[in-house]
Amino acid sequence: MIPSDTVLTEEGIGPAHKGRILLIACGALAREIVDLKEANGWTHLDLTCLPAKYHLWPDKITEAVTESVEKHRDSYDDIFVVYADCGTGGLLEQRCRELGVEMIPGPHCYSFFEGNNTFAAREEFTAFYLTDFLVRQFDAFVWKPMGLDRHPELRDMYFGNYEKLVYQAQTEDPALDAKAEDCAKRLGLAYERRFTGYGDLKTELAKL
Amino acid sequence: MADEEDIILSELDDEELVLQMHDDLYDGLKEEIEEGVRILLDRGWAPYDVLTKALVAGMTIVGADFRDGILFVPEVLLAANAMKAGMAILKPLLAETGAPKVGKMVIGTVKGDIHDIGKNLVGMMMEGAGFEVVDIGINNPVENYISALEREDADILGMSALLTTTMPYMKVVIDTMKEKGMREDFIVLVGGAPLNEEFGKAIGADAYCRDAAVAVQTAKDFMSRKHNKLAAG
Repeated sequence: MIPSDTVLTEEGIGPAHKGRILLIACGALAREIVDLKEANGWTHLDLTCLPAKYHLWPDKITEAVTESVEKHRDSYDDIFVVYADCGTGGLLEQRCRELGVEMIPGPHCYSFFEGNNTFAAREEFTAFYLTDFLVRQFDAFVWKPMGLDRHPELRDMYFGNYEKLVYQAQTEDPALDAKAEDCAKRLGLAYERRFTGYGDLKTELAKL
Repeated sequence: MADEEDIILSELDDEELVLQMHDDLYDGLKEEIEEGVRILLDRGWAPYDVLTKALVAGMTIVGADFRDGILFVPEVLLAANAMKAGMAILKPLLAETGAPKVGKMVIGTVKGDIHDIGKNLVGMMMEGAGFEVVDIGINNPVENYISALEREDADILGMSALLTTTMPYMKVVIDTMKEKGMREDFIVLVGGAPLNEEFGKAIGADAYCRDAAVAVQTAKDFMSRKHNKLAAG
C-alpha cells in the first residue's frame, strides 16, 4: 500500500522490515520503486523514503540520508541510496562514499529516468522537467513554493529563459498527460510529452 | 487607529519615510518605493544617499531574513523588483552626480545554465554598493567571459550556476584565464545554489559567495585589499 502523495511529500515512509537490502529513496520515487518491486518480484528490497519536499531544499538531503543510513544500517545486509546528486553539489556522493553505501548515478531523477547517457547527450538546458509525481504535485512543488499562486507576475522571472516543459512520463496515463500540458500552459511554455518509463532507476535496482 | 493603508508617505519626516521605505521594500511594494524615492529627491537628498540609506539598507534586511529562513525566494524577488524600480529613477542621477565607484564587475551564468535569478540579484546589489556591473547574461561560453573582461577592463569576474551539471564549467573559465596569463588580474567570485566553499577553492576561485550580501561584502574586501596592495607597491 503506497501512502498518499501528501504523506510522501511531508513525512516520507518507514521501512517494512522485510528484505535484506534497504533502499533509502526520495518520497517522489516511492510509487515507481514499489511498482518495480512488485513487477519484478524484488522481495529482497525493502524501502524507506525521506520526505519528497527535500526536492525544494536540497541542502537538507545529505544530512537526512546520513541519519537514515546510520539508523538502519545494523538491520540490513546492505543499503542503497536512491537519490541522484539532486542539487547537493556533490556533497551527497561524497557522504555516501564516506558511509560506504552506493547511490544511483546522475545529476537528478530527470536524468536517470531518461537514462543518464541519453539525457546528457541532449544538452537540453532550456527545458523544464516534470515526472509523474511532479505533475501530480505541480502546485505543491512548483506553483506555490515559487509564490505564483500569490504573485503570478513573477512567472517570467523564473521561467522567462525556458522554452518548453518536458513531461517525462513513467506511466501511460492520459489524465496526467492533460494535466502536464496544462502545467506548461500555466508556465507559458511549449509542451512535450516524452515517455521514459523507469530508465536507469530500473537498471540500477535490478543490479542489487 | 490608522492602519497601514492610511500612511501618506509625503507626510512622514525623513527618518520615518526611510523606515517606511524599508518596510515597503520588505513587502515588495514597487509603486510605494518609487514614490518614496521621488519624495526624498524632492526634499534635496543626494541620489547616492537615497540609494544607500533607503534602498540598499532595506534590501540588506531582506537579504538577512532570506538567509535566516524568514523570507523565501518569491518575497525576495518582489523586494528586488521594488528596489529595481527605485534604482531606475536613481541611476541617471547617480551618473550625473558622480557617485563613488568602487570597482567594475563582469557577471554572467555559465555555459548551459539559464538560471539568472541569483545573478540578477547579485548584479543589482553590487550596483547598489557602488560597483559598475556589466551583465553578460546567461549561457556564456568561456570566450564571452574572456572578451568581456578584456573589453571592460573589469576588476571582478562573477560566475553563477544553479546546476550541478553546469558548475564545473567555472573551472574551464578559470583555467583558460590561467592559460592566458590573466588570472591574477581579476578577482573571481562564484555563486549558485549547489556550490560551496570547498568547490570554490577547488576550482581556483578567489571566493564562493553564498548570497548577494556576501558577494557585495567579499567584493568590497577584495577591492580594498587590491587598493592597499597598489598603494604599498
